[in-house]
Amino acid sequence: MRWIAAWWRQLCALTRMGSLERGLDEEIRFHLDRQTEKNRLGGMSDDEARRQALLRFGHIDSVRDRTRDQFRPASLDDLRRDLTYTFRGLRRAPGFTAIAVITLALGLGATTAVFSVVHAVMLRPLPYPQARDLVSLEHTGTGLTFPNGRVPEISATLFLTYRDGNRSLQQLGLWSTGTASVTGSGEPAEVRTLNVSDGTLQTLAVPPAIGRWFSRDETSPGSGETVILTFGYWQRRYGGNPSVTGRTLTLNARPRTIVGVMPSQFRFLDEDVDVILPIRLDRKTLHLGAFNYRGIARLRPGVTVAQANADVTRLVPVWLDAWPAPPGLTRQVFADVHLTPLVMPLSRAVIGSVGDVLWVLLATIGLVLLIACANVANLLLVRAEGRQHELAIRAALGAGRRRIAREWLLESVLLAIIGGVLGLGLAFAALRLLVVIAPATLPRLGDIAIDSATVGFAFLISIGCALVFGSVPMVRHSAPRIATALAGSARTASDTRTRHRTRSALVVFQVALALVLLVGSGLMVRTFLALRDVQPGFTAPDRVQLVQVGLPEALVQEPEHVVRQQAAMRDRIGAIPGVEQVSFVDTAPLERGASEKTFVENSSGVYASAPVRRFKFVAPGFFAALGSPIVAGRDITWDDIYQHRPVVMVSENLAREHWGGAVAAVGKRLTENPDSPWREIVGVVGNVHDDGMEQPAPATVYWPSMVTKVWGEPIISARSVAFAIRSERTGSDGFLEEIRRAIWSVNANVPLTRVRTLGDLYRRSMTRTSFALVMLAIAGIMALTLGVVGIYGVIAYAVSQRTREIGIRVALGAQRGDLKRMFVRQGVLLASLGIACGLVAAIGISRLLAFLLFRVTPLDPITYVAGALLLLGAAALASYVPALRSTSIDPIEALRGE
Amino acid sequence: MAKERNDLLQGTLDMLVLKALQLEPMHGWGVTERIEQWSEHVLRLGQGSLYPALYRLEHQGLIRSEWKSTQHNRRARYYSLTREGRRQFADELAQWRRMSRAVDLVLEATLEPR
Repeated sequence: MRWIAAWWRQLCALTRMGSLERGLDEEIRFHLDRQTEKNRLGGMSDDEARRQALLRFGHIDSVRDRTRDQFRPASLDDLRRDLTYTFRGLRRAPGFTAIAVITLALGLGATTAVFSVVHAVMLRPLPYPQARDLVSLEHTGTGLTFPNGRVPEISATLFLTYRDGNRSLQQLGLWSTGTASVTGSGEPAEVRTLNVSDGTLQTLAVPPAIGRWFSRDETSPGSGETVILTFGYWQRRYGGNPSVTGRTLTLNARPRTIVGVMPSQFRFLDEDVDVILPIRLDRKTLHLGAFNYRGIARLRPGVTVAQANADVTRLVPVWLDAWPAPPGLTRQVFADVHLTPLVMPLSRAVIGSVGDVLWVLLATIGLVLLIACANVANLLLVRAEGRQHELAIRAALGAGRRRIAREWLLESVLLAIIGGVLGLGLAFAALRLLVVIAPATLPRLGDIAIDSATVGFAFLISIGCALVFGSVPMVRHSAPRIATALAGSARTASDTRTRHRTRSALVVFQVALALVLLVGSGLMVRTFLALRDVQPGFTAPDRVQLVQVGLPEALVQEPEHVVRQQAAMRDRIGAIPGVEQVSFVDTAPLERGASEKTFVENSSGVYASAPVRRFKFVAPGFFAALGSPIVAGRDITWDDIYQHRPVVMVSENLAREHWGGAVAAVGKRLTENPDSPWREIVGVVGNVHDDGMEQPAPATVYWPSMVTKVWGEPIISARSVAFAIRSERTGSDGFLEEIRRAIWSVNANVPLTRVRTLGDLYRRSMTRTSFALVMLAIAGIMALTLGVVGIYGVIAYAVSQRTREIGIRVALGAQRGDLKRMFVRQGVLLASLGIACGLVAAIGISRLLAFLLFRVTPLDPITYVAGALLLLGAAALASYVPALRSTSIDPIEALRGE
Repeated sequence: MAKERNDLLQGTLDMLVLKALQLEPMHGWGVTERIEQWSEHVLRLGQGSLYPALYRLEHQGLIRSEWKSTQHNRRARYYSLTREGRRQFADELAQWRRMSRAVDLVLEATLEPR
């Protein structure tokens, strides 16, 4: 390693050559001045003193030259010579160079691309000052039927209790997102809103670019209504006008004063928002319930996440005592949840479970890179065999072992760097593709870019690879056995046996890794197919157009009027040519709805247990538009809605759970609150996989879109609804225009937003799987190709090495078919060995994929067998082609050679 | 006199430079002065020949240099020993002692058996 350090010093000297030379001149001047000074003090005249000084110093130019030789060392010239030599060598073997560089570029490019995603999404801190201190305030509750008992949301009272009583948090705040319609100028438009309490923006500590944060007054009721714009919305709507503060923006028909604009780099976690509104909390009306917000906080300096967790845990009983229960519920209901705080770093909350997928991807691509390295190592070995004669001569002429080893390394580094640069270009292109196919749920997608960290990473792994594949021929070939190599021609050298073993081992290694990757992508294919097989609960989703329409209170006050207008819109849309079915729901399938406790009446008339159920508000005909069958009873009717009949529908699995079957459920009753009247089940509808195909369909209660006496309210109706329109014309612009006109003919002030088809939602629910599938498939194909190339190389080389032997065998009467089989057998043997190792490895490694799989075990035999057969077939083919060449060898030619 | 100056043994100059720098960092001229003084003006270096030695030693990592101002407020390059330089000097010193003792023994040998 010493010579590496020396090399490095030389490289440094090379870069500061100029300053060294200038320094030397100044140093000599200084020396002469001091000597002159000394001479003068000794009594000489000025001229004489100078003359003597120059005399003592000697010939300045020659001193300078001799000194320069020291820092322009001969070995640097060596390096330059070696580089030229290596370049020339690579140019002389264009085939080898091209294959090595392309292999490396693919491997390095893919690795770099995935690394840049991992870096952007997971490694880079969130864009806030001291982002390490930011935490998300979440909870778990053992008394809940939510998945994992997780409660990401927080209630306003819990937040206030924490704010008043904690000792570990500097700042904390609430937030939620929503939409609002902007009116006043031009067509009505919908904007995405971020609602924040006092403390939320202060927690993130990003000051506005213009204006100010909300004041404490503005986040409590009774003061003027205000709004802060995000940079993007300010640019779009106000053209970046700097004097925007003080103007008003009409949101949901209510004017609000603009008080600030956030800076361009501000992003609120992973939310894409247009405007920020204050959450106004009125302590007088708050109760324990309504977990409608998310909580974030900033830790005090030096406080750990665990300490903060312990600190707020202490406050949960305080909260239970201090606040009233919501109407109709008792404190005990909340105590029974056993709420436990789960304070976690904000970055973890933002990244979520996608992180695991990315690590799997990085590991996968890392394997591909290893295979690529093994391939290049093999190529280098072949090259080394070919150069044995030359190397032996050079060694005989006195080239040192170190010198030759250095050349090998230099060649590897050069290949890796060229490969790395090309790979960086590939990564740049691959990222564009990646961003397109990445799941929409991938956080911080916009941050992904090739930056200095990525380039640094690419450089480091290039050098790392060079050391890995360069060391193989270095160890094997830097000390050529001069006598053996020179004695015969290289062709017959007998010590190639160990080298052959190295090459075979590399191929076995490659095949083993390739099998691991093939099994991985095979498992993903099986998962994807299993997901496609799930009956989603709706039919032909691509033919269902969804548009969101909101009627806020400021626009239409009476719930009754809301339903009437929605019904009118439905009728107008239904009249558009080509529309087969149309109705609406408050949250579209796969867009996650609210969940609430549901009390079921049992035989003795008392409340049975009250698990949390999915709640949806539907209009008549919704299930027909969706294509979900009504398996028992009937649909909700307009009469039910307008006459305020207490009726509901339930999903088939809920009916089965409580009453044993769909038919038995009809006529039974349930309610959302013991204070509310019982609601009669009039129909049972097929299950819908509302949480994604890989999740079981949630048990769901379907309410009429207007309900009376619910949650202590006399009457509510769903104000923001998704119209589901079944038609052959989905997605066409003309069709959307007709829908827009139909809606505006009822109310010209509502924006029409979130235009999508049910098919879009269906596909998006599977993006995590399809993303992993595509990435693993790419990795698997690359691995297969590289493995096949590896086998081909070994067999082709074996054939070329044994030309003489084949010649003799043919001369002695060997059958050509037998010869062919001999080589194919060799290739298949190597592949089998690799497959055996690969199977063992895959059994161990595939377990890591388990969290991505659906209805397939990590040890799925079909996948393993298929992967092994595929590789075996490819290996047989890869060895057959070069084996074919062995049959064309002419014994006379082969024996005459040499 | 001139003869003595040119007869500095090959490699000895490096050792003398290391010795001169052992006590404190110095600039090039200071090194020549120091060697001259210590040798009671017997060793008078061809002053220019010092510089290749200094640059060589620095390149070998035995000394390092930095620009500082002198007490007369001029910029000068000061050299100091690195840890490796100290070790190297100790080695060379030991080697030199052994050599010079050996040479002495040879020169002072007499025919008398011991």
